[in-house]
Amino acid sequence: MGSNDLPLTQHLNSEYRWGFTTDIEQEVVPAGLNEDVIRLISAKKQEPEFMLEWRLNAYRHWLTLEEPKWASVHYPPIDYQAIHYYAAPKQAKRPKSLDEVDPKLLATYEKLGIPLAERAALAGVAVDAVFDSVSVATTFKDRLEKLGIIFCSFSEAVRKHPDLVRQYLGSVVPYTDNYFAALNSAVFSDGSFVYVPKGVRCPMELSTYFRINARNTGQFERTLIIADEGAYVSYLEGCTAPSRDENQLHAAVVELIALKDAHIKYSTVQNWYPGDAEGRGGIYNFVTKRGECRGERSRISWTQVETGSAITWKYPSCILRGDDSVGEFYSVALTNNRQQADTGTKMIHIGRRTRSTIVAKGISAGRGRNAYRGLVRILDKAEGARNHTQCDSLLMGPNCAAHTFPYIEVKNPTAQVEHEATTSRVSEDQLFYLRSRGLTEEDAVNMIVNGFCKAVFRELPMEFAVEAQKLLSVSLEGAVG
Amino acid sequence: MLEIRDLHVSIGDKPILKGISLTILPGEVHAIMGPNGSGKSTLAQVLAGREGYTVTAGAVTWQGQDLLAMAPEERAWAGLFLGFQYPLEIPGVANVQLLKEAVNSQRRRKGLPELDAFDFLERVKASLKLLEMDEAMLYRGVNEGFSGGEKKRNEILQMLMLEPRLAILDETDSGLDIDALKIVARGVNALRGPERAILLVTHYQRLLEHITPDHVHVLADGRIVASGGRELALELEAKGYGWLTAEAGQEARP
Ligand SMILES: Nc1ncnc2c1ncn2[C@@H]1O[C@H](COP(=O)(O)OP(=O)(O)OP(=O)(O)O)[C@@H](O)[C@H]1O
Ligand SMILES: [Mg+2]
Repeated sequence: MGSNDLPLTQHLNSEYRWGFTTDIEQEVVPAGLNEDVIRLISAKKQEPEFMLEWRLNAYRHWLTLEEPKWASVHYPPIDYQAIHYYAAPKQAKRPKSLDEVDPKLLATYEKLGIPLAERAALAGVAVDAVFDSVSVATTFKDRLEKLGIIFCSFSEAVRKHPDLVRQYLGSVVPYTDNYFAALNSAVFSDGSFVYVPKGVRCPMELSTYFRINARNTGQFERTLIIADEGAYVSYLEGCTAPSRDENQLHAAVVELIALKDAHIKYSTVQNWYPGDAEGRGGIYNFVTKRGECRGERSRISWTQVETGSAITWKYPSCILRGDDSVGEFYSVALTNNRQQADTGTKMIHIGRRTRSTIVAKGISAGRGRNAYRGLVRILDKAEGARNHTQCDSLLMGPNCAAHTFPYIEVKNPTAQVEHEATTSRVSEDQLFYLRSRGLTEEDAVNMIVNGFCKAVFRELPMEFAVEAQKLLSVSLEGAVG
Repeated sequence: MLEIRDLHVSIGDKPILKGISLTILPGEVHAIMGPNGSGKSTLAQVLAGREGYTVTAGAVTWQGQDLLAMAPEERAWAGLFLGFQYPLEIPGVANVQLLKEAVNSQRRRKGLPELDAFDFLERVKASLKLLEMDEAMLYRGVNEGFSGGEKKRNEILQMLMLEPRLAILDETDSGLDIDALKIVARGVNALRGPERAILLVTHYQRLLEHITPDHVHVLADGRIVASGGRELALELEAKGYGWLTAEAGQEARP
């Protein structure tokens, strides 16, 4: 490779840039899981009785389940008794405003490029930051409150808006749904809650930033977003974690509810620690995300850029119940080194003339394994339902793998379902072409990858799209060479 | 400015170029002609830095530097440009994006400020006009679904934007209709100047009616078997390559 052999080999060893830890006093519940731990979590959060009941029911159900093994991912057994189910920065009392938040925490988020101070949020993004198990700050709350929008930590919602929580929690992802959803329902610590009232268009992006800091803890956040009739909200989620040798479990549940004519746009940039080049450490990202289009003409759009985690296992899905409702899934999943991803979506068409679009882009480099798994189910009443699926894989180097598992079930003969899939490689010729125009090899790779992801990136809010491009280029450093 | 001395190149064990020597001075236009498979593209690609070729002997100096030691992008920064015989498609990357990135990466290396969006667009539009290309081509994926002729014209657009010191154009005239040929020639002529040189690889003397070469070389079986002026191209058109390759064959015998 001539004269730039050297810098490339150096890039190969480039490190995860968000891998630092914050040295802060933590309150950690002893490792292990039993009913007492759940009671303790619930008590710490001063939850109403119904919440504790729900958790315990979920726990009892979880005990009857077995860990699923069907995904195309490989990992050693998880010892659920070795995990700490609750970790929180020690603070004398709950901070009422940003001024009361521990400066060390604020500095952490500053370092991550998430300034929590409201002035810095000029970009028009309201941020809820979750540090291990608890939400540390929510910005812009007052401005949102004037519009009747509730945007707060999940714990706060449980205390202040118990009726809304009770009405919607588990209505899309019941705790009986799957192994990790049951576990999450039992022990979830915090997360975000959003309610946008009838006819209100949320004027800014709402954003949650998740950070795992403590060792041997699991993060089990719970997010619930409700867009009432005719409402609109765009929600962003970002995540990082310190570099550690052991694996950490992240089992979140996200539920979206879009009522009649409402639109929820949910974007994720997931950059959990992926482990090192040999596959040591990294986050297990086992997440259940599902949205329900409950009313006519409602719409839910999932956009995700998944570059992190040792293992990603998630299928943001849409239940299209309302007539003429629309579900969308745009995904970029990148696996490098020894990362594994099994991700995709489910589109369940129940209502008439429901439409769904799936655009999934998988990029595999190093020894990465990338699987797209998607289900399109058209039920018998879904007259005139339509789906279009586009599923593309881009391979870099000889040792990576990409697989596609499309499942299609059509019970209504008027439905139209289209599936297209392609697999391509970054070719030497393309690289040479771009380099001969003066791009470095890395810039050339990035350009090709960005071109490949364009159909997804254009669905992301502007600043996020820029962020996502940067993230991809960092994650791919040294992938070709 | 470019000096090729006794260049031998193989692909695997197979020798393709068998001792090429060629000197190109600023301001000159050279044309290389020759039968299919004689090694013209190989020469062009080796000069631009494509991997996969082994230089078994010889040297190439570019403005006093060892060209063969440079990475492809370094050659581009030093003012070399290759118009590809088969331009590549880069799906999803807008043509304008590549142009901008290419221009600015070269400017950065020269310590010049990046062109702002306004200056850049102004320059692109002038080039588009010269090449009679539709502005819409800027926003399509690089060569994505372009016709053969459009791809070639797009190469010339890139060349005009990059203003190379030496442009190597590998069969840029192939697949062009008569009007397009004139337009492309106009683009190439716009680049000509006392500081710049052009190396044209072509099968047809038709192109040379529009771009008058100072030197014409015939490449056959990896060797330059004849060099001459403009009239050599006409002679080739009339007689074909047979008489030259036969001679080359004789020369090769001890
Ligand atoms: N990867 C390769 N492996 C083996 N032989 C190759 C390879 N690439 C090129 N060649 C051979 O090298 C020789 C020279 O090819 P080259 O493309 O340089 O010819 P050319 O003069 O440009 O021909 P044309 O006029 O058809 O474009 C041909 O015999 C070709 O088959
Ligand atoms: Mg050729």
